[in-house]
Amino acid sequence: MSSSNLARWRNGVQYTRMEQPRGPSPLPAAFWRELRAALPADGLLRKPGDLGAYECDGLTVYKARPLAVALPRTRAQTGAVLHVCNRYAVPVVARGAGTSLSGGALPRTDGIVLSLARLNRILTIDPENRTARLEPGVRNIAVSEAAAAHGLFYAPDPSSQIACTIGGNVAENAGGVHCLKYGLTVHNVLSVRMFTSDGVLHELGGPTAEGPLDLLALVIGSEGLLGVVVEITVQLKPRPQAVVALLAAFRSLEQAAGAVSAVIAAGIVPAGLELMDHLAIQAAGAYTGQHYPPGTEAVVLAEVDGDDQTCAMEHAHLRAILDRQGAFAIDEARSEEERRRLWAGRKSAFPAVGRLAPDYYCMDGTIPRRALVEVLAGIAALSGQYGLPVANVFHAGDGNLHPLILYDARRPGELARVEQLGGDILKLCLAHGGTISGEHGVGVEKLDGMCAQFTPAELVAFHALKAAFDPYELLNRGKAIPTPARCVEPGGMHVHGGHMPFGHLERY
Amino acid sequence: MSDIETAGRVCAMVQAAYERHTPLEIIGGGSRRHFGREPLGEPLVLAPHRGIVAYEPSEYVITVRAGTPIVDVEAAVAAHGQVLAAELPRASGESTIGGAVALGLTGPSRPYAGSLRDAVLGVRIVTGTGQLLRFGGQVLKNVAGFDVSRLMVGAYGTLGVVMEVSLRLHPRPEEGAVRVLACDWAGARARLLDWAGRLPLTGACYARGLLYLRLAGRAATVGQAVREIGGEAGSADTFSAVRDLRLEALGVPATALWRLLVPPAAPLDPPASVADWGGAQRFWATEESAGAVHAQAARLGGQAMRLSGPDRHEDVWATPVPATMALYGRVKAVLDPRGILNRGRLSAMW
Ligand SMILES: Cc1cc2nc3c(=O)[nH]c(=O)nc-3n(C[C@H](O)[C@H](O)[C@H](O)COP(=O)(O)OP(=O)(O)OC[C@H]3O[C@@H](n4cnc5c(N)ncnc54)[C@H](O)[C@@H]3O)c2cc1C
Repeated sequence: MSSSNLARWRNGVQYTRMEQPRGPSPLPAAFWRELRAALPADGLLRKPGDLGAYECDGLTVYKARPLAVALPRTRAQTGAVLHVCNRYAVPVVARGAGTSLSGGALPRTDGIVLSLARLNRILTIDPENRTARLEPGVRNIAVSEAAAAHGLFYAPDPSSQIACTIGGNVAENAGGVHCLKYGLTVHNVLSVRMFTSDGVLHELGGPTAEGPLDLLALVIGSEGLLGVVVEITVQLKPRPQAVVALLAAFRSLEQAAGAVSAVIAAGIVPAGLELMDHLAIQAAGAYTGQHYPPGTEAVVLAEVDGDDQTCAMEHAHLRAILDRQGAFAIDEARSEEERRRLWAGRKSAFPAVGRLAPDYYCMDGTIPRRALVEVLAGIAALSGQYGLPVANVFHAGDGNLHPLILYDARRPGELARVEQLGGDILKLCLAHGGTISGEHGVGVEKLDGMCAQFTPAELVAFHALKAAFDPYELLNRGKAIPTPARCVEPGGMHVHGGHMPFGHLERY
Repeated sequence: MSDIETAGRVCAMVQAAYERHTPLEIIGGGSRRHFGREPLGEPLVLAPHRGIVAYEPSEYVITVRAGTPIVDVEAAVAAHGQVLAAELPRASGESTIGGAVALGLTGPSRPYAGSLRDAVLGVRIVTGTGQLLRFGGQVLKNVAGFDVSRLMVGAYGTLGVVMEVSLRLHPRPEEGAVRVLACDWAGARARLLDWAGRLPLTGACYARGLLYLRLAGRAATVGQAVREIGGEAGSADTFSAVRDLRLEALGVPATALWRLLVPPAAPLDPPASVADWGGAQRFWATEESAGAVHAQAARLGGQAMRLSGPDRHEDVWATPVPATMALYGRVKAVLDPRGILNRGRLSAMW
């Protein structure tokens, strides 16, 4: 990154509440009449008691009460809601399951939430063409469950998959443990039907995900800013014949990170390649009772899959590399049940770390994999400097870090230091050629980080693209792309929060 | 010339064209000027802007200047036992990476290893107002900002002068083989359903009663697959020919060539077309009107894209419904408000 980019980074991440008008709703009765007419009888929530559940998403430090929540059941009703909102210039925030970790589904106090949760039908599973046509509210895991009867699965598997929706996955370009080999959402979606904010329906993509201009790629990962997706056709893949998981224990974090780089450099493409450091292992051990060999400073979890023969060979190759890189104990699992045992610590690592301190803050930077050792050392140094513990448990294979900063929000000034440390960690990622978000999105949380990653001219281009789809900025106004003005002079109100919701979900 | 100087020169040229409202024709190696609609405007030649910007073999990512010939990139990564993640069609040794991005085509490996668009991680472009912008990066996962890099793929250079591209690489497979089987289309599809995902396929084409299968992977796995598939040994040249759209040997003449992009199980119709990508991409040479070809693609459940041929007035793709066409137009206007870049190359509208 150029030094001028670095210079534009000021004081790390700063949280700002979105500017939102308050006070009584200025909207005319006709708006409410038309909105109600667009929806089924039970499809409009306006009572304060009904709105509470929609005030935030997975990033609970931000909360805002919307004017109403619209719950259409059909595509036509969804379009009608957008029509009405467009006519009265009412901001809309689309919402799937509300598991976003960056405030993507945070409502606006001057607008409505458009929940797609009731558009939850699997329209077709086509085993001949290996595709599934889905409504946006279908839960991610339901797709693989429905496809299993045909020996197929839907590859992107975010750890929130029992809750999060396909529409939300499209909006966030969600990844999962297996995306190193099978790709992110963008690699597995063939086409979408999407309403722009004026209530006009567009079809983007096709049987091979192509079209005159690749607006499909632009929409995937656009965090609900460009349109409301109402139908998604995804590619399904045949289930692999064989899967083997390995858990390798190392005496130092450097060795473990080096092993990850070595696996990648050797040309093996594991289905999953994850790393946990000492703090994460300690927490996971205490939480699940999983036993790690004494002296373990870090573990690497790897999974290879494929046909029996390829799997056996990749497994042998992988094992040899882990040995050579200094793994002092390697555990293996083949059956579904054994694999679940090996993965248990990893899958519960987030809630487990949550027990070590009253609060934690989850980062999401991505770096080139050869820089793992250096960046992890850098994070450790920063952690010491700030006196704040950091646990690392992350998608090492694609260089997607999730440093978890442990803190106690009740201590005066501590949150500000956490945010500064977080900013320094993202700076470190950028300085090594990385990015501020690998999979959780920018939302409201990383707006200032965007200023460090992009030049004002690039941000202007993003805003202009937004305007090409949504000229009145009705959809998710104020999120994902900071104004260049904000980058020059950020507002600086710190907000702090409590605990992560969805505590029952596995976290990666 | 340094990258900064070259970028400065390209920016200045585009700015001047912007001010004069005159179009520029972006030329890479010039080997594929016969694709798309008639080129227009003063030439902006990228071929001298060639070479590798960054290549760290352990990372499986390469960043190259747009004017670099595809064959040069392949040779550079082959020296480290690697290949481009997406197999790229070329018309000659002069065909460049920038041209590949503009056309957005991927060879037979697409269903098994992903498309070029899937492999693009980042770009540097000069917009139609002469601004140098960077999108994406050199890492596999990146959700910061809209995915403008992938938007460049297949845009025929109408959204920006691509200056630099970062591409994902894969390890070069240990061994390869090609098998040829005689069967009808239904038989071919049934076999592919059984084999795709289980055998190490990297290509499956069907033409004139023959199913061509390309395999690559570990030697033992390939050997076993060859035994299971049976048939006869074929030549890898069949697949390079299909990749590069040299389809005469498979019965498709070089005139008026179309791609039909359809659900792979769709009937082979017309029977004289060549099925690639396990059936998802069909090549069809026809004198029929564009309207008739689009209608045929729609009957099969897909869409058609015109590659090359004598009639250079028709749009490359069918015109979408007006509201969607307007959306395309607005996106075009963001990146090239005066229609300077490759004017009319993709669509008569811009
Ligand atoms: C425990 C936990 C683990 C997680 N693990 C992962 C992980 O491994 N990988 C990963 O990538 N993410 C992960 N996430 C983040 C989150 O689950 C994903 O971002 C997911 O894709 C969000 O889906 P959702 O249905 O909950 O969307 P929401 O949170 O409801 O919305 C997310 C964004 O999408 C927009 N949106 C929703 N539906 C639509 C639609 N139909 N059309 C247009 N825009 C829409 C919203 O406006 C919002 O901006 C995790 C979250 C949690 C809580």
